[in-house]
Amino acid sequence: MANKISDETIEYAGILAKLELSAEEKEAAKKDMGRMLDYIDLLNQLDTEGVEPMSHVFPVQNVFREDVVTNGDDREAILANAPEKQDGAFVVPRTVE
Amino acid sequence: MSILDLTALQLGQKIQAGDLTAVQAAEAALEQIHRADPQVHAYLTVDEEGALKQAGRVQQQIEAGELKGHLAGVPVAIKDNLCIRGMRTTCSSRILNNFIPTYTAEAVINLEKAGAVILGKTNMDEFAMGSTTETSAFGVTRNPWNLEHVPGGSSGGSCAAVAANECFYALGSDTGGSIRQPSSFCGVTGIKPTYGTVSRYGLVAYGSSLDQIGPIAKDVSDCAAILEAISTYDRKDSTSIRREDTDFTSALAEDVRGLRIGIPRDYFGEGLNPEVRDSIMQAVKVLTDKGAVAEEFDLSLVEYAIPAYYVIASAEASSNLSRFDGVKYGYRAKEYQGLHDMYKKSRSEGFGPEVKRRILLGSFVLSSGYYDAYYLKALRTKALIKGAFDKAFSRFDVIVAPAAPTTAPRLGESLKDPLQMYLGDIYTISVNLAGLPGMTVPCGLDSQGLPIGLQLIGDCFQEKKIIRAAYAFEQSRKYQSPALACAKAGVSGVCGEAAGVQAGEAGVRGEAAGVQAGTADVRRDTGASGEAAFAAAGERSGEA
Repeated sequence: MANKISDETIEYAGILAKLELSAEEKEAAKKDMGRMLDYIDLLNQLDTEGVEPMSHVFPVQNVFREDVVTNGDDREAILANAPEKQDGAFVVPRTVE
Repeated sequence: MSILDLTALQLGQKIQAGDLTAVQAAEAALEQIHRADPQVHAYLTVDEEGALKQAGRVQQQIEAGELKGHLAGVPVAIKDNLCIRGMRTTCSSRILNNFIPTYTAEAVINLEKAGAVILGKTNMDEFAMGSTTETSAFGVTRNPWNLEHVPGGSSGGSCAAVAANECFYALGSDTGGSIRQPSSFCGVTGIKPTYGTVSRYGLVAYGSSLDQIGPIAKDVSDCAAILEAISTYDRKDSTSIRREDTDFTSALAEDVRGLRIGIPRDYFGEGLNPEVRDSIMQAVKVLTDKGAVAEEFDLSLVEYAIPAYYVIASAEASSNLSRFDGVKYGYRAKEYQGLHDMYKKSRSEGFGPEVKRRILLGSFVLSSGYYDAYYLKALRTKALIKGAFDKAFSRFDVIVAPAAPTTAPRLGESLKDPLQMYLGDIYTISVNLAGLPGMTVPCGLDSQGLPIGLQLIGDCFQEKKIIRAAYAFEQSRKYQSPALACAKAGVSGVCGEAAGVQAGEAGVRGEAAGVQAGTADVRRDTGASGEAAFAAAGERSGEA
């Protein structure tokens, strides 16, 4: 395997992905990501010099509209999905001491 | 003939004519769900009460002359990544286990306007990441043609539900083949339209630049009519395209004279199962016999599509799935220390292994230091792939391809090796990268009795050409249902006519004796009849 994924790399990807991996998951992830990156390295055979990256197949522009509220008040229905709520608001762990 | 054997449009016509009511149709579908779904597990949610109520309302509107279309009163199943107000929507993920949307996807609203009756939500790979429906957090779906095999994925539940007659049509979504590949594995017809044709509003995003919603049904006419109903410009989706040419049913003509068909050599080489290849080539011959002109060519760049796709799709997924944080909806871990720990634990406990794998890869290829080497490289490759298709479509109207290298694999085989599973997407993935329309129509059965699908690929906005080719091909081949789709005992006639299976009997025994015994009985019943069913039975006996 050409791509050796270090503990640090997986740790870093885990931080970016907001995932906490068990020791076992980490080992599997290192192996899986290494294999995928080996495979993805196939792209290096391809000369893409001067080719513009294509994010969308059609030319898309920002679509603007007037900032007008069109949906109704769904507060109760939306809050019904919250894992924790109080006084019409979402409850999150304390973030500011 | 049972109600269940009708296509969506045939049923709609009978309802309009007053031969049947929407309520009868809903009852028939629900009854079939009770009968077949304990074995197939196509559905995650069945809204029996809601469906019957809706059917009653629709029937009144039909009788009042307010609903005149042929989809009015026809029961439909919806993939569980499409939001429906008030109906649990999970994406087959633990993290959305209890999510009740407060709004309905635009495509579903369009169906409701046409008088659709929604039966429930279908199983899928978790967040549409997978090719077998085995990554679902709520159990696998089984292929109605052989319960030991996968239905494909990620729209496996939708395709299995159509094949098992547990609905008259379904909606799926296709990011890398998720409509076309399971349609092939389940012997049904499915279309992924040109990117931007169907609004993605209300579709839980996976790879936003690749995702499209499309219909899955028993035949080409149904698919064309459903696609026509759901293709609308929607300002709520900033990539929605204003199209004037969405009268797809106008393409339903058996006329392919002069149609230029391209056969990409690179799709028919190593790795393709010979039975699949032969079946596709026979289908091409059907079309050339009707006046189409076929020619082989080199598409090129095929081997780069999968690596480019997995970089782009994973990158977009890592971004899209960052919204699942345990705050506004979905799963929250029970124990945590502080905000960030809550995020991490909720996500780690809520997501399954395949989703985590792609989020990690996506986060990595987007991270500073790797962004250019991986992500931008993949986007440049995408531009080249689009260019290769542009070149091909300057010569051809339609490109033919398999939908997958093999027929449906056995349950449990695919997840052992993720990379190997990704390689199975080789014939479908480029279509999403290039934003093209593609569809699958059933074209045969292999020696195991499993369906083979013919994929037809068109240039952007040229759905009508592939619909016309598919329709012309379909005239040569009657729709076949698996034995499991058989109507209830006592209903006259047989189901799966081509297979010549004694419907009722097999069904009843299957139910009474459970899956294993049921399969064995089907073998005995079909053994003396149609070739296809015989072949299927042979394979089953080998497994027993």
